Amino acid sequence: MTTLGSAIASPWGSVLAIGSMAVVTYLCRIAGVVVMSRVRLTPRIERGLRALPGSIVLATILPVVIDNGFPALVALAAAIIAMAVTRIDIVGLLVGLGTLSVIRILG
Amino acid sequence: MSPALRPHFSTAGLRHGARAALPAFPGFIMFAVAFGTAAAQKGLSLGETLGLSAFVYAGASQMVGLEIWQQVWTPSTILTIMTVTAIVNARMILLGATLQPWLRDEPLARTTLNLFLLTEASWLVGTRYHGEGGRDVGVLLGCGIILWLVWLVATLTGFFAGALVPEPRRFGLDLVMPIFFGVMLVPLWKGAKPAQPWLVAGIVSLIVHALVPGYVFIIAGALAGVAAGMLIE
Repeated sequence: MTTLGSAIASPWGSVLAIGSMAVVTYLCRIAGVVVMSRVRLTPRIERGLRALPGSIVLATILPVVIDNGFPALVALAAAIIAMAVTRIDIVGLLVGLGTLSVIRILG
Repeated sequence: MSPALRPHFSTAGLRHGARAALPAFPGFIMFAVAFGTAAAQKGLSLGETLGLSAFVYAGASQMVGLEIWQQVWTPSTILTIMTVTAIVNARMILLGATLQPWLRDEPLARTTLNLFLLTEASWLVGTRYHGEGGRDVGVLLGCGIILWLVWLVATLTGFFAGALVPEPRRFGLDLVMPIFFGVMLVPLWKGAKPAQPWLVAGIVSLIVHALVPGYVFIIAGALAGVAAGMLIE
């Protein structure tokens, strides 16, 4: 334990820190694939999984956008409308960012 | 793009994926430059900074990692940074779960690399392509490789140059990630009924965000969406 302790306290400590962060992150990356390869897909589970991508997106952005208030909400709406009309992702992104900066300059 | 029913892999797919990743560049560059700058200010060496970006390769957890970074490590601080990293990155489990049917018949070595490079952005690009009928796994890998390279170069830039954009807020760049996510919601849209679970996910994430600190709201909202999808016929 003392050798382990002194190894962790040495400059090797940061290598160990980065290594352990990398390992747990990689485990998170593979866990979903590993688990799903062991689960038998019933129609119910399939329906749930079909709902997952959109659910992840909304669950990720909605709190962030609402925290940033009205300008963020308008910018998000503008980006989505531009994407729905043009179907070009970079256009949607630029319209969203442009709308946000215009509102901030005016406000 | 010709829709193929069976998953396959091609180098044309790699190029397609690299091109499709372009809209994610601004968000990646912003975040990695910010991380590189913060790491330099915190006193990390270039090797430590690049090591985090190259091997952990997950922005939010790298930023949080900086907050609890130590000059001298002990077993308990190592354990702390591991636990925090796992909590911040647990949402990736869900990304992998949606990709599993696509990657089922892939060789293990390629999937090992593909999943190492998995990020929300590459997952979004891949999910959009898959939703449009594409099954070339090369697209996912090509997107992952190019974004990883962008991440490293931008980290390096941030470490040496500091904030390149003087006022990121002025250009709306602080919100580039959520806006990119919102844009990519459009190709996922298959009508109001399949989107009902999304609404549940959004509402639950808002409630959890108001009550619990940290990133739990993403996982809670996404799982609520899955549950709603299973319940709604």
